[in-house]
Amino acid sequence: MNPELIARDASVKKATRAAFGPTLVELADRGLPIAAVDADLSGSTTTAKFAAAKPAYEQRHFNCGIAEQNMVDVAAGLALAGHIAFTGSFAVFGTGRAYDQIRNTVCYSDLNVKIAPTHAGISVGPDGGTHQMLEDVALMRAIPRMRVLVPADYNAARAALKLAAETPGPVYIRMGRAAVPQVYASDVALAVGRAYVVRPGSDVTIVANGVEIAEALVAADELARRGVEAEVIDAFCVKPLDADTIVASAAKTGRVVVAEEHSIMGGLGDAVAQALSARHPVPCAFVGVRDTFGKSGEFDQLMAYFGLDAGAIVEAALSFPGLS
Amino acid sequence: MDISSLEGIALQMRRDVVKMIAEAGSGHPGGSLSCIDILCALYFGGVLEHDAADPAMDGRDRFILAKGHAAPALYATLARAGYFPVDELATLRKLGSRLQGHPDPQLCPGVEVSTGSLGQGLSIGCGLACGLRLNGDDATVFVLLGDGECEEGQVWEAAMFAAHQRLGRLVAIVDGNGLQIDGHLHEVCDPADITSKFCAFGWEVTTVDGHDVGALVEALGAAKAAHSDAPQLVYARTVKGKGVSFMEDAAGWHGKAPDAEQLAQALAELDANEVAA
Repeated sequence: MNPELIARDASVKKATRAAFGPTLVELADRGLPIAAVDADLSGSTTTAKFAAAKPAYEQRHFNCGIAEQNMVDVAAGLALAGHIAFTGSFAVFGTGRAYDQIRNTVCYSDLNVKIAPTHAGISVGPDGGTHQMLEDVALMRAIPRMRVLVPADYNAARAALKLAAETPGPVYIRMGRAAVPQVYASDVALAVGRAYVVRPGSDVTIVANGVEIAEALVAADELARRGVEAEVIDAFCVKPLDADTIVASAAKTGRVVVAEEHSIMGGLGDAVAQALSARHPVPCAFVGVRDTFGKSGEFDQLMAYFGLDAGAIVEAALSFPGLS
Repeated sequence: MDISSLEGIALQMRRDVVKMIAEAGSGHPGGSLSCIDILCALYFGGVLEHDAADPAMDGRDRFILAKGHAAPALYATLARAGYFPVDELATLRKLGSRLQGHPDPQLCPGVEVSTGSLGQGLSIGCGLACGLRLNGDDATVFVLLGDGECEEGQVWEAAMFAAHQRLGRLVAIVDGNGLQIDGHLHEVCDPADITSKFCAFGWEVTTVDGHDVGALVEALGAAKAAHSDAPQLVYARTVKGKGVSFMEDAAGWHGKAPDAEQLAQALAELDANEVAA
């Protein structure tokens, strides 16, 4: 990552979902045949902004009502007619409720559909555990042909949506409800299959994505105060994973913390552990939700409650022998 | 093509179906035989605009086999229409074959999309009809569903969506053979009056004898030509296993291959039908 594209600013906070509708407008303005398919959540996902931008875009916005299975297959049909179809809804419904449609139609037929739900993870906060999707990365990662993108901030979400539109075939883009600190500059560009070193360090590697990037950078600041230099890697692309970048860092530091706002089962932690165990085994620690459902609360409270905040990452890093 | 020629093709496709399933040792003869005349009317009766030499032809009508387990019927149709050699039917379900147990568009020419997980085809057809309309393409999208498939809730999500979007270029066909794996629909979990339900969602509905090829050509042609904003449903009354006496209206033949003796009997009956015709 070009250091000029890192633009940390904790005072600028925006939700990744806020990038959805406006980026679809940008892509359609470029002449791409964008279509948005939503399921009665177009205000929350912000695809309504795409529909409202121009009458021609309103024609390209399809509200399926509360019918997520139909939503995914309507997107599949639009893709068959040559359009780049983005689905919306919340992550819990947009993946779990429509898993079979994503698997058997979108991915099996290798269609140009972008599964782009919002309100993933605990970011949906007070709605509680029924709505806090913590298994979506595991579900999507396991399906052949699917790419899985978990952007860290608003600017990365915009870049991920553009990348998805430019990448033929199925792509999953995970977005959240909560406002998260800015990490990247507005003109950041991302590539499929790449991970980015967003902070260099030599003592411990922190591999993270999504909202955990901002937490990892805060954790790295705290670790530096304690004399531990952490290297922070943004594995925004969980699949295909950039094993080379992660292995190279692990070879240098000898210790890896993986942090994700997701179940510790089946997500980034498993992907990183799989890559390292095959190529360069090192001790790993995992920051994530530990085989439990979420619960109601404010986002910041839940980050602490479930051990996902910067403090939890610091603790995990200092748990390695030689760093405490 | 005249009616007796169409009936001759349908008979040949029935032979293809029982032979390929017997050769494969597994497959779904009952629901394949029930929809043969529908496929024959579509592909050989001049209803579906298509070109075997150019499966991706611009402006072609689209066909989606929502009831993907009837793949043998589709493969027989595509082979007889010239999409691939008839000899290839013998490779059904075998390792390395383009003819997967359920249709795979990555492998088989003429297949538009993967199906087999029931309930999805009509939604895909809805999206395709929306997409073609955006393109200014007035091609018709045909989707063939099973009546048992109408037990899937997603079918009714799609029925609602199609009417709301005024998808007049969408034609759903129900293969109403009255049976599903575990028995008759009315015994297993009765979706009851399917045509009334589509009507209630705002579809225009016609009912036809699903084994009268001439009537099917007329009904499907009329649905395609309907100058209406409403999506069209053609409900075809069919017999599961049609054409092979011991398979007819027998749930046990939903997903079972005939053995050598049964195949010989099936082919003898189909040959006798040809002589009778």
